[in-house]
Amino acid sequence: MKAKNEPGMTLIVKTITRLTVGLILLYGIYIVSHGHLSPGGGFAGGVIIALSFVHLMLAFGKDVALKKLSMSFAGLLESMGAVMFLSIALLGFMGGYFFLNFFSKKGLPFHLFSAGIIPFCNIAICLKVGAGLFAIFVSLVLLYKTDE
Amino acid sequence: MLTYFLCFILFSIGVYCVLRKRNLIKIIIGLGIIEYAGNLFFALIGYRTEGRSPILTQDQAIKNMVDPLPQALVLTAIVIGLAVTALMVAIAIRIYEKYGTFDITKINKLKG
Amino acid sequence: MTVVPFFIIVSLGAAFLISVFGKHYKRSSDYLANSACFILLALSLYTLNLICKTPNHILVYRVGGWIPPIGISMVIDCLTPFMLITVNLVAFLIAIYSINYMERYTDKWKFYTLFMLMLAGMNGIIITGDIFNLFVFLEIAAISSYALVAFGTEAEELEASFKYAVMGSVGSSFILLGIAILYSYTSTLNMADMAKAITQKGPAKILPFVSVLFLMGFGLKAALVPFHAWLPDAHPSAPAPISAMLSGVLIKVLGIYALSRIFFNVFGMSQAVSRIFIILAIASMVVGSILAFGQSDIKRLFAYSSISQIGYIVLGLAIGTPLSIMGGLFHLFNHSIFKSLLFLNSGVIEHSIGTRDLKKMSGILYKMPVTGYTTLIGALSICGIPPLGGFWSKLIIIFACIQANHPVLALIAIFVSILTLAYYFKAVTPALFGREDGQDYKSFRKKASWAMNASMIALATLSIISGLMLVPNLGAGLLKDATSVLANGISYANLVFEALK
Repeated sequence: MKAKNEPGMTLIVKTITRLTVGLILLYGIYIVSHGHLSPGGGFAGGVIIALSFVHLMLAFGKDVALKKLSMSFAGLLESMGAVMFLSIALLGFMGGYFFLNFFSKKGLPFHLFSAGIIPFCNIAICLKVGAGLFAIFVSLVLLYKTDE
Repeated sequence: MLTYFLCFILFSIGVYCVLRKRNLIKIIIGLGIIEYAGNLFFALIGYRTEGRSPILTQDQAIKNMVDPLPQALVLTAIVIGLAVTALMVAIAIRIYEKYGTFDITKINKLKG
Repeated sequence: MTVVPFFIIVSLGAAFLISVFGKHYKRSSDYLANSACFILLALSLYTLNLICKTPNHILVYRVGGWIPPIGISMVIDCLTPFMLITVNLVAFLIAIYSINYMERYTDKWKFYTLFMLMLAGMNGIIITGDIFNLFVFLEIAAISSYALVAFGTEAEELEASFKYAVMGSVGSSFILLGIAILYSYTSTLNMADMAKAITQKGPAKILPFVSVLFLMGFGLKAALVPFHAWLPDAHPSAPAPISAMLSGVLIKVLGIYALSRIFFNVFGMSQAVSRIFIILAIASMVVGSILAFGQSDIKRLFAYSSISQIGYIVLGLAIGTPLSIMGGLFHLFNHSIFKSLLFLNSGVIEHSIGTRDLKKMSGILYKMPVTGYTTLIGALSICGIPPLGGFWSKLIIIFACIQANHPVLALIAIFVSILTLAYYFKAVTPALFGREDGQDYKSFRKKASWAMNASMIALATLSIISGLMLVPNLGAGLLKDATSVLANGISYANLVFEALK
């Protein structure tokens, strides 16, 4: 079933991947955005988002995945996530303390738009973790390839 | 109490693996076992008999939850473990490039 | 008060900004890293000033506005500015040095990112008041140091880094296990609260076990003797600024500061623990200096002498009288100055002669006067030659031994000091003064740039004048206050809770 010089796995895997990869990405985004209400949050969601790209890379080979999210862009996103997290923490000085939850003293349970800075922190962590994990995976793959 | 001892046995298995194995990858796996034994122990410390998971749900009263703090700490420890493992795997791959082997008895340019 | 978290903000922010801009704008990483180090140094001096003015000499910062046993706290007492100044002073001078030195490596911005991350970890360890937070910062500093040791990606460097990483992460696992057991016993992570809970519950059988776990974990980071095997490989393999950073401050902050904070201020020093510390210290002093004899690699020699000098510091702290603790802390400061100076010098020597083998060097003093004389000053200071800083700290430790009725320890300390003099004399003198015929003077290819020279001269000047810290009205207050924090032991908890009111 596999064409000779085509990178990646067989047609079955590719078809399934094409169907599922978007869903995995969406699920990751859901976990991130509901991190303050349900189990999960920035780290878990970020890992799932990174896994969707890793999935793409495993099925279609590294070039397809790198076209969607290049290595340098992943590195940039990672640093931006960290800078964003730090600036959210810095904004807490508006209320007088580092890391203060400055625009909502107390969140409402079970409401998506509550909890002040926590959802933003989750998004920042998600960027950092997702891009970071993807970058780690890609750099390990590239290290291995140079060996051959 | 028995579970704690099992954790320590798992920890010692990891230490044995790090000390005794000659393959770099197996050493990294041993470190993973050590980390997981520590994390498991930490998570078990927060357990209460008949406790349920510390998640706030709409229709249940908050009572008899397990301690959520160790779980948060273990999550942090897992992230640290991930970073260490990734770094060490990268170093191991580079070592393989330079020496052409994973055997630590043959990787001996440093001495003393 | 608000200044406290900026130690972490500035260093972490610089690390991330360097990783954003450094790739595209070549010089930006230099400017960012050096200005961040300068700001950190200024902040630590400001903190010293601040702490002198506050009553009780303690400040507790509540992160996120949460009250400490619940939230994370950052504690500044008199020991903290002392350590902060030591770390940030050395880091600032090393950052100046590495502007030119790191030119020969590709991707300088990666070096600076890791450097600033390591600095963030160390600053975090010093100011935090929460034991798990201490673990996290310790791991940040440790992981970036594993990566920095392997920065050159040559075979030896990778091997050393792997060895260091394996031993380091086993040590960290011991620390995590210790924290877990301690949490199950005291149900708190705040160090002050923990100290209070331990005193209330009385002595328990679990505490010796936790002490042993921490001793193994932090002792491994500090390279005390049974746990020292990684240091002579890891420190010489790193680039010279990183060797200076690792030997100069990393082992002290990760190992000795964390150990003394936990054992003095949380557990309370007991007779048994202090005896174990003394045994480890003596072992480190003797074994380190004996092993240093056989070395012909200049950086390896310095690494072994680090192990030996760490023994002095731990000896001073372990005896536990105020005078000996003061000697230990003073030696910590002195050692971080002259050992980083010596490692920076070894970097210049390696850079210009192209070898690290002491037997192939001669006449450095005549060909590269700045490097030669600063090496001489560093070596004299580490041997304990009178007017230099190292002499005074060793003298205080030896006096404290006699005062505390440990004449044998004093004799061993003097003996090791003579050994130190002997191996430095044997190894360094021919390299500095020798005028052998076989030496090709044209082999001195490059000389050090002015920035490298400036930082070396600054460190040499500091190691000459650091004896002045003992003069009243100059630095004695700083040392005495820092000593009193450790000497007061577990009354730390009461001070923290009083400061919160």
